[in-house]
Amino acid sequence: MDEPLKSAVLMDLLEYQGKQLFARHGVPVPNGGYAATIEEALDVADGIGYPVVVKAQVQIGGRGKAGGIKVAQDRDEALQHCEAILGMDIRGLTVRELWIEEASDIASEYYASFVFDRAAKATLAMLSTKGGMDIEAVAEEDPTAIARLHVDPLLGFQDFHARRLCFEAGVDADVVRPVSALLARLYEAYVDEEAMLVEVNPLIVKNDRTVAALDAKVTLDDNALFRHQENAELRNPSAEDPQEQMAKERGLTYVKLDGDIGILGNGAGLVMSTLDVVAQAGGTPANFLDAGGGSKAEAITSAVEVILSDPKVKAVLFNIFGGITRCDEVARGLIDAFEQIKPSVPFVVRLDGTNDVEGRRLLSEANLPNVHTAATMDEAAHKVVEVARS
Amino acid sequence: MSILIDGSTKLVVSGITGREGTFHTLNNRAYGTNVVAGVTPGKEGQDVEGIPVYNTFRKAVEEQGANTAMIFVPPRFAADSILEAADAGIKLIVAITEGIPAHDELRVYTHLQRLGDVRLVGPNCPGILSPGKANVGIIPASFFKEGNVGVVSRSGTLTYQIGNELAQRGFGNSSIVGIGGDPVPGSSFIDIIALFEADPQTELIVMSGEIGGSAEEEAAEYIAANVSKPVVGYIAGFTAPPGKTMGHAGAIVSGSQGTAAAKAEALEGKGVRVGRTPTQVADIAVEILGG
Repeated sequence: MDEPLKSAVLMDLLEYQGKQLFARHGVPVPNGGYAATIEEALDVADGIGYPVVVKAQVQIGGRGKAGGIKVAQDRDEALQHCEAILGMDIRGLTVRELWIEEASDIASEYYASFVFDRAAKATLAMLSTKGGMDIEAVAEEDPTAIARLHVDPLLGFQDFHARRLCFEAGVDADVVRPVSALLARLYEAYVDEEAMLVEVNPLIVKNDRTVAALDAKVTLDDNALFRHQENAELRNPSAEDPQEQMAKERGLTYVKLDGDIGILGNGAGLVMSTLDVVAQAGGTPANFLDAGGGSKAEAITSAVEVILSDPKVKAVLFNIFGGITRCDEVARGLIDAFEQIKPSVPFVVRLDGTNDVEGRRLLSEANLPNVHTAATMDEAAHKVVEVARS
Repeated sequence: MSILIDGSTKLVVSGITGREGTFHTLNNRAYGTNVVAGVTPGKEGQDVEGIPVYNTFRKAVEEQGANTAMIFVPPRFAADSILEAADAGIKLIVAITEGIPAHDELRVYTHLQRLGDVRLVGPNCPGILSPGKANVGIIPASFFKEGNVGVVSRSGTLTYQIGNELAQRGFGNSSIVGIGGDPVPGSSFIDIIALFEADPQTELIVMSGEIGGSAEEEAAEYIAANVSKPVVGYIAGFTAPPGKTMGHAGAIVSGSQGTAAAKAEALEGKGVRVGRTPTQVADIAVEILGG
């Protein structure tokens, strides 16, 4: 499932965004509201009526253990919890948003999900009666506790699929109907919103034997956002690295790492290979930027800006093998970048592929300060490690 | 010989009138590919440097006998274009388009599987090159010559890098096939490796994979059971940061599969040698085939 660099760019929603998406498709969720300030939070809580649950909205597991989810019996308690949770740091993420919802009584905790299963080239539906905190451990220790089936995309998720999952998972007989209905609505949300994952953990059965999604994990397919304006506008302010945000706005894929060598390549495979070769040469990448296919000079100029916005960068490696990308465009972009930004760190440039001769000629004529060229990828990797150290 | 494309290829290009579509179509033709038609709805009667444009694939097949399609239209139109090509009876479809929604890919893949006799290569791939015979896609052909090494890869530019390393050691290629790195590739490593195994010109197969998914692990199993020719592997992403995990469901589905180390181990466990850099891949090829 992990596809960090390539075209399957994914967008993880916060819990409240996932729940609002669920609600649009009729998946039952507890009554709740969004708040970014304490005043807003108390307004929402007063509207719902106590007790309420105050939930930190950050994109990370273990919120409950970290103290980011608290039940408040009354207004005073709600105020205390909101003050404690807003601004709290949960495993490196600052809480800037809250979701306040009615407290639910819980008879049972189940687990349900639909996930895009790349190996099977189909959607995998899963249901378990062992929901709650640690479903991964359940999967490992007792795989039979999770009922699974693959959904044919041209047939869709039928009622009999839902019943089969329920009976195989051992769902209480009196809630097979509402659980099946929830699964059907959940699949509808998954398909209509073009999600790569919809996960409910826990799916709760209440004392009155109704069911609801107490949590929501939704991952959307970035490639489909052009059809989903509402989703395209969703934002997650606590998770956005400013440089990654800057790159995204310019249509570039940028990932920040811990080292001191900035890396620009074209195409995810070549970029990953470049990271490996630099590591083997003894270097540690500070970041990498995939300029993608068909990069024009302006894209390269902004790529240089993004890479250099990280102060840890001591040297930059350009590794380009042009197919759809033309090396002369890359060279022009680099020359423009030097005019505009005047970088103070050394660059090592390796250009091969479409229009490489012209690209190399442009670079050599421009005679940029502190720019070294390399004939091969290995040579380039060794050279950039050397100049980063000196 | 070669696989998939050669002198008998009659190519029709969807998106021929777009800027990139025109550029690469003409490059393919200049290389010697027989480009017989283009498809752009509403532009029938026009031509692109002598290549006739039709409104539909059906007509391009009827009038020009097209047997291979290249898809160059933007992502929102691409799935429809692939389905149209298949409906018109075309048996080999090469989809270059990047950024097709995953659910579209899933529906297209499932439908084509049911048809049974249509091969899709891509999407989000650089295409196919059979050096000296035909080029369908965006692979910079001047770097490659005819020879006995078959290359199959998930990544475009990495394909060029590895092909170039091989070329510098004097090796040519029977065919180079980019299968693309999308969630639902039309053809897998296994599909293409099976074709290379059956191709008399191919004496060595190079497969270039990367982190994510389980296609390399599956290929390792297949190679051990079905392939007599030597295979050299490469996996990009040993030092790539761990990617976004897709909630718990992702971890349950993929387990420990998907890392570069796990993939290399799976291949080596089945007797496939894996180069740690593109240069090492070429070194191993020299050892196997002689310099």
